[in-house]
Amino acid sequence: MATLAVKADELVKWFGENDARTFAVQGVSFEAFFGEMLYIEGPSGSGKTTLLSLISGILRPNSGSVLVEGRDIWNMTSDQIADFRLSKIGFVFQDYHLFPRLTTAENVAIPLILKKRDWNESIDRATEYLDIVGIKDRALLPPVKLSGGEQQRVAIARAIAGSPDILIFDEPTASLDGDTGRRIVEFVKQNILNENRCIIIVTHDSRIFEYADRIMKMEDGRITGIEKGAPREK
Amino acid sequence: MMPTLNGTLKIAYKLLVNDKGKFAALLVGITFAVFLMVMMTSMFAGILHRSSATVLNIGAKIWVMDPAVNTPLNSIPMPDYTLDFVRSIKGVRYAVPLYSGGALVKLRSGVYQSVTVLGLDDTSLYGRPQLIEGKIDDIYADNAFVVVKDAEFPKLGNPKVGTEFEINDHRGVIVGIAKVTSSGLFGVPTLYTTYNRAISYIPSTRYTDAFILVEPKNSDAVPHIKQQVAQLGYLALTKDEFIQKTSTFYKYQTGLGTNLLIMTIISFAVGLSISGQTFYTFILENLEKFGALKAIGAKGKELVFMILFQATFTSLTGYGLGIGLASLLIMIAKLRLPSYAARITYGNLGFAFIMVVIIAGVSSYIGVRKVLKIEPFDIFRG
Repeated sequence: MATLAVKADELVKWFGENDARTFAVQGVSFEAFFGEMLYIEGPSGSGKTTLLSLISGILRPNSGSVLVEGRDIWNMTSDQIADFRLSKIGFVFQDYHLFPRLTTAENVAIPLILKKRDWNESIDRATEYLDIVGIKDRALLPPVKLSGGEQQRVAIARAIAGSPDILIFDEPTASLDGDTGRRIVEFVKQNILNENRCIIIVTHDSRIFEYADRIMKMEDGRITGIEKGAPREK
Repeated sequence: MMPTLNGTLKIAYKLLVNDKGKFAALLVGITFAVFLMVMMTSMFAGILHRSSATVLNIGAKIWVMDPAVNTPLNSIPMPDYTLDFVRSIKGVRYAVPLYSGGALVKLRSGVYQSVTVLGLDDTSLYGRPQLIEGKIDDIYADNAFVVVKDAEFPKLGNPKVGTEFEINDHRGVIVGIAKVTSSGLFGVPTLYTTYNRAISYIPSTRYTDAFILVEPKNSDAVPHIKQQVAQLGYLALTKDEFIQKTSTFYKYQTGLGTNLLIMTIISFAVGLSISGQTFYTFILENLEKFGALKAIGAKGKELVFMILFQATFTSLTGYGLGIGLASLLIMIAKLRLPSYAARITYGNLGFAFIMVVIIAGVSSYIGVRKVLKIEPFDIFRG
């Protein structure tokens, strides 16, 4: 039986007050397991990104709880949540958010540097992760010299550099052409996902649905259904 | 320097210096501000220093004067009995008169030149300058004068020992060339002679003792001497107090201090606005990246340290460049214009440093506020 990675229970998040109050997430409960690639899919404004923020320790819910590996993250202090994100969660942002003034290797090394690892050791480790994503030869270039697909790989390398248990991808194919997007997600499924890691992807790109283990559909801040995705290739 | 930086600060350093355009703009702003502030305050310090040139060069420990005297150059002669009274005060080792006055000399070339004449006590020559040519005893020879070799020396035609001139229809002869600690403020050459020759060669008022120079028996006697002189209606000041009184006069009663203060404040404001605005733009451009760092797991205090480090590094680099530039310019100016009155003091450096710390503080504050406000959720929302 698969091990539980994330358990969200009755999550509610609203923005604004009184008449201006808008519910972004309304009573959402779900579970994500290690070894699976879970998609959260839905139209714009359906609450996908808000839900992602709630379960990754970025946005505090108005009610409900989030257990990650059995720990209620919203009972932690802000410093503890920062440490939790650093050690447990890897983010791949939609716009990558790479530092143009740092080299590719330095960008990847950021989580290790934030963990107070030695600079040179961090850069060496970052180069190894760049090797994993297949762009080791770009280590000394600034990200702006790389193609969109390569920048996406740098962002993935940075996300896995801290050896997180949970990887969060926000619209990973939004800035890529169809082929590149599919190749990236396929690469992630084959090389990054493993039995000790859970990957949660927010997307509305149906071209990459074939790589999902499960697809959770959202609309108006609620889960409207969970579908089983394509069987995972072993 | 680099190996001692921890990783987070090294990221901050690279983010800063690798953005060459912004970094250069920040440095230009701070360097310019420091340069202007140091130049202004150095000019002021130079002027103040020179305004006390006579006090510094004579070197007497206590100066007795009329209470209305503000600077060594506007002396009010005191009656002769003042000298006798001061000599009678307990604790005075000795007291001598000093003549200080202006005169016009006619050079061999026919050119007239204003000079300051200092008449030293005939017996002791107390306050005599250090000679670099000639012998001090020659000052007792007929018509003898010692000329000071300072920035104004060429105005007397670069005289040598034996050079003659006319002073108030009297013959004058240079018998020595002296060096002094400080040149005067108003670009007038200085001649030393004896007190009696000074008052006989130069048209004088009824009283001729511009100052009375006092050597106390010991430092404990100073308060008593000051008190006794005050009872007579005159003022006794130590060397440092007289310099301070002179400085205070130029600072607050001539408009000089106010003008320089205004210029210094303008320099500070210009530097602050350039640096603050550029740093703010720098932070704004990197705001999303700081948000991403927060999302990844950087704590607020780590981001604050990064910004403080960037502001401090920029400010100190700009401070060093500004000081270097000001020093270079003053050095070149002094080579070209020996009478250029500017001197960089520890006080100037300290003042500019405090101003730079304020610039760094304000710039950091703006940046820190922005960065602490950014929520990682904003990064997700795009």
